[in-house]
Amino acid sequence: MAFINLKNKLVQAKIVFYGPGRCGKTTNLEYIFKKYQSRIQSDMVSIKTHGDRTLFFDFLPFDMGKIKGYDVKIQLYTVPGQIKYNATRKLVLKGVDGVVFVADSMEVRRKKNILSLKNLQDNLSEYNKNIFKIPLVLQYNKRDLGKDGVIPLLPLKTMERDLNGKLKVPAFQASALSGKNVIPTLKQIIAKTMISLKEGLK
Amino acid sequence: MSYAFDMEQIQDIEDILTKELVESGVHSVLLIDMAGNIVATLDNGQCKHDVYSLAALAAGNFGAVSSMAKIVGEDEFSLLFHKGESENIHFSKVNAEFLLITLFGADVTLGFLRLKVAEAIKQLLSVMDDSEID
Repeated sequence: MAFINLKNKLVQAKIVFYGPGRCGKTTNLEYIFKKYQSRIQSDMVSIKTHGDRTLFFDFLPFDMGKIKGYDVKIQLYTVPGQIKYNATRKLVLKGVDGVVFVADSMEVRRKKNILSLKNLQDNLSEYNKNIFKIPLVLQYNKRDLGKDGVIPLLPLKTMERDLNGKLKVPAFQASALSGKNVIPTLKQIIAKTMISLKEGLK
Repeated sequence: MSYAFDMEQIQDIEDILTKELVESGVHSVLLIDMAGNIVATLDNGQCKHDVYSLAALAAGNFGAVSSMAKIVGEDEFSLLFHKGESENIHFSKVNAEFLLITLFGADVTLGFLRLKVAEAIKQLLSVMDDSEID
């Protein structure tokens, strides 16, 4: 739940990057951090295992500039994708205002994407939030892997049908590693989140 | 969905935190929500901490400890405190939605701090009762 400070005219909102293990959530944040270093006054915080996997979350506070006279600070988080970390995943979702679901385009990850999206729906409902109502954007990551034809990728139509058939939210083909469509994904989720919050800004 | 505190509420909150905690010798105090947003942050003028990262980690830490408490059959652990060489952190739940994080040095005892935090929380609750939730 976003916080609006009417004294200092400051809005803080929380956007969470969700998705199965190794789909590229942390890589998205790393790219954003690299790209917008001038707007980010602190280091990216990562709580990870010795094997470099996200254990709890990554955190990146991001200054958006002014909207309707309010300074907007977006707090970007990732969740740990591995199935066993559901308790911590749920904690990170507390108070979430917008979600980017990062799906892995590799053919072998098809089932993992579907399970992770279902897990998002279940965890949101524990906070009385509805996946069909919360600001949500999909990102089909790792599209660059299909170039040389060595790694089989899921056709976009299949990903759309599997993940976006009912949700019908904006979806981006991306490569978090090269940065392709990372910023458009971010801009879209920020826009959707701000629209949902604008009633609170007087 | 969002919630807001108006100018007067924020002023009252900052006055309470200044009077009860900053003037009692703590280094820095943060009132945050359980999502990790900062409602108010005050310090003695000498702290240069990254408060946004601190708030995100504190909310996560508190959430993790609360979940651990439930696993072992406790509602919550009433004392959450980390001791360092020159800086200590004390966490206190204000209500279901808010947390008070206090950073203090060796010149303030934990017992005294807990008394001051309890007094501050009592006053904060009366100010925060009528926040707007959209």
